Amino acid sequence: MDGILALAAENLISPVTLFFALGFAAALARSELSVPEAIAKGMSLYLLLAIGFKGGASLAEHGVDATLGLSLVAGLLLSFTMPLVAFGLLRVMTGLSVVDSAAVAAHYGSISIVTFVAASSVLTAAGIEAEGYMVAVAAIMEAPAILSALWLVARVGKDKDQQGGDMNSGLLREILLNGSIVLLIGSFAIGAATGQEGLAKIEAFIVAPFMGVLCLFLLDMGLVAGRGLREARGLLRPGLLAFGILMPLTGAAFGALAGLGLGLSTGGVALMMTLSASASYIAVPAAMRVALPEAKPAIYLTLALGITFPFNLTLGIPIYMAVAQALTGG
Amino acid sequence: MQTHRAKRVEITIEAVMKRRLTEALEEAGVVGYTITPVLGGSGRSGKWSREGQVSRATGMVNVVCIIRPERLEPLLEAAFAILERHIGVVNVTDCEVLRAERF
Repeated sequence: MDGILALAAENLISPVTLFFALGFAAALARSELSVPEAIAKGMSLYLLLAIGFKGGASLAEHGVDATLGLSLVAGLLLSFTMPLVAFGLLRVMTGLSVVDSAAVAAHYGSISIVTFVAASSVLTAAGIEAEGYMVAVAAIMEAPAILSALWLVARVGKDKDQQGGDMNSGLLREILLNGSIVLLIGSFAIGAATGQEGLAKIEAFIVAPFMGVLCLFLLDMGLVAGRGLREARGLLRPGLLAFGILMPLTGAAFGALAGLGLGLSTGGVALMMTLSASASYIAVPAAMRVALPEAKPAIYLTLALGITFPFNLTLGIPIYMAVAQALTGG
Repeated sequence: MQTHRAKRVEITIEAVMKRRLTEALEEAGVVGYTITPVLGGSGRSGKWSREGQVSRATGMVNVVCIIRPERLEPLLEAAFAILERHIGVVNVTDCEVLRAERF
């Protein structure tokens, strides 16, 4: 317990967390501080490229083993099943409609790549190594939850006279070829193909400035989260708030089971827990606007970005790391 | 100078629906349109802003097309099929153009 608290305290005073807090507080205080859209998008592209490439280079160094394929399958299964768990909890804990519950559930089945990046940074700072292919697991966990959510609406919503999700080949292509997934997988493949030699060539671009860009990106995330929370505070009832904390812990428990079952390293288990605990706010919200337009974005965006993301960033990641260390003896 | 009557249709729609809308407009015989970003705004569904959007989920765009009056009905039907379940505003105004053959 002392270890978790020490790690949490250390994490709370890291520049990454403090910049997020700065943005969050500035937005709540109605400051005019803002990050232009183009810069926010540029930074997200940079972070995806960097994390993908470094993951690929790490894979090239350590080699491929059987757990790579099994980890990908586990990630796929987690992303398909976590929305069912989230949907069940939402129906019990909140008064949300079927469509809103399914849309929120999709976010919690998918992953937040920024939470993953933050957790990777904390692990690196603590000197704990993780499997490089966890980046590929993150990418594979982006989309399946969307299909589960649409299935839930079709299955449960039909009995309640709800309009179903609008799933077609165009949307499926958009989901699978989502820009962030393409860049993450593409960078991972390039990193794996060029290895440490390739990494050395672009190290000055993707390693040294990484933490600084992450700080600026998290400042923007804090601003977006704070703004969303301020505008949607009337929507967030106690049940929803409790879900925003309980669901990541539940997801992390599933992730821990999967990581242990696969025999991942301490860092790998911590990352699998982080991925299962995080909620998407890039790929899934856009897909939900197309497929389930009746679902209220203020609910799912505020929960994912305003409640669960700050929780994971401040307390969640240290908890997952400490639990992973305790479980693996690392 | 000789001018010709036309209709100016302005559709404010969620950014995620932009491609679907323009495809539907092209299928309805619209030969030209202009897309502009929306800085921000407010409506029945709340406020939106372009600032800091890492997701396309909450952004909006404006699609403007100028057409011959007889093309209005098919255009509105095509636009409505896309807009029906989504956040958006459609408005139609009369306008004059110099070169009618281009519309």
